[in-house]
Amino acid sequence: MSAQKLSGPDDAAESQATLSAEINAIGSEYRGAVAAGAPVETQPRLDYPPYRSSLLRHPTKDLRHTDPETIELYSPAFGHRDIGTLESDLTIQAGGEPIGERIRVTGRVLDGQGRPVAGQLVEIWQANSAGRYIHKRDQHPAPIDPNFTGVGRTLTGPDGSYSFTTIKPGPYPWKNHHNAWRPAHIHFSLFGTEFTQRMVTQMYFPGDPLFALDPIFQSITDDKARERLVATYDHDITEHEFLMGYSWDIVLTGAERTWMEEDDDA
Amino acid sequence: MPETEYTATPGQTVGPFYGYALPYPGDSALVPPAAADAVQLAGVVYDGAGVPVPDAILEIWQPDETGTVSRETGSLRRDGFTFTGFGRAACDPEGRFSFSTVVPGPTEEGKAAFISVVVFARGLLNRLFTRVYIPGDAEALAADPLLSSLDPADRDRLIATREADGTLRFDIRLQGEDETPFLRFPGHTD
Repeated sequence: MSAQKLSGPDDAAESQATLSAEINAIGSEYRGAVAAGAPVETQPRLDYPPYRSSLLRHPTKDLRHTDPETIELYSPAFGHRDIGTLESDLTIQAGGEPIGERIRVTGRVLDGQGRPVAGQLVEIWQANSAGRYIHKRDQHPAPIDPNFTGVGRTLTGPDGSYSFTTIKPGPYPWKNHHNAWRPAHIHFSLFGTEFTQRMVTQMYFPGDPLFALDPIFQSITDDKARERLVATYDHDITEHEFLMGYSWDIVLTGAERTWMEEDDDA
Repeated sequence: MPETEYTATPGQTVGPFYGYALPYPGDSALVPPAAADAVQLAGVVYDGAGVPVPDAILEIWQPDETGTVSRETGSLRRDGFTFTGFGRAACDPEGRFSFSTVVPGPTEEGKAAFISVVVFARGLLNRLFTRVYIPGDAEALAADPLLSSLDPADRDRLIATREADGTLRFDIRLQGEDETPFLRFPGHTD
């Protein structure tokens, strides 16, 4: 079966130039507002029209300020019974070696006060080196790698550290607009010590030329905030004749319960 | 306590391709559906046009029937006996989700019992938190700080409906007139 470009009635018609103009307009409006004293944004906007799928999927009412109650001040507990020790190595899950650039991604999960989040679940998923996911909905005509599922799990260590061995994912096309490509990324799912810290995000690779063009990455309007999703190449993690190393730390929101307990101790 | 306040890493959408990563066998069964005290928590996730969202994935986190917060591991490899309090359910092609769980008790005497919920979806740029309150204890519901801060319509949107077969019904509307109230906790900046 040969690779074939898919085309059909659902082909996105809008150009990258149209999307880029929208992205740039929102960006300059944001920078102007900050210059005039508006608060710096640190999270993506839920209402971000250049990401077309968000149009009908973002709340229009303000989020309700809520003090967490008992259950929300705890997180589910995960342990070694939940995860196989090999699940953090995505290169050994099938019969043979997956094709691509072998990498290690490692870092620490911290709370809003910089304290390590220990013994918590980290889940990742990603495309293969050709930019294809093992998923029926992914019809990108790039090869599936029979030796790569792109799925990994681990528990953070006592210092909040995690480490995954995997393959560098490729960029892939999607249907937001004509000729839309996602920058290469790894999806990360994270738990904190409290359920209010639960988050899912995407880690990107340094210097990707698609950054400026991507509405999902640009939904974070602040330059510094976007940089927090970009891993750092680290030659100290790179291994001789074996793999390339990237480091990426993740900071969750503050933890109320431990904060209060420490106050009690003081 | 450290002096530095660290800025939280931004969230991003869960995207459409979590299917081989996040769901796992038994993910939505906090207790086996055949258990004597099992109750179904079910609903549909809708978008702003009232269309079901087939690519949303929900998680719940709740105390047990006595209001005790489980510290047990094993949510990812269920043994069928240990109540861990955590569950995950991907919506089906019609936007429906379903958990098998127990009715949570109040974590403190006189408090309203609820299930904590987090919503992820393609097209949703960051996770959303909400609560499913358990119907029945009118006094506790009336005294709840969050519910009593809402107008009556929004308040009702956070209280599950008990169907004839005992199912707790709770639909989630991401946008629109009937939008589900979503929560911002201290320290959240989105």
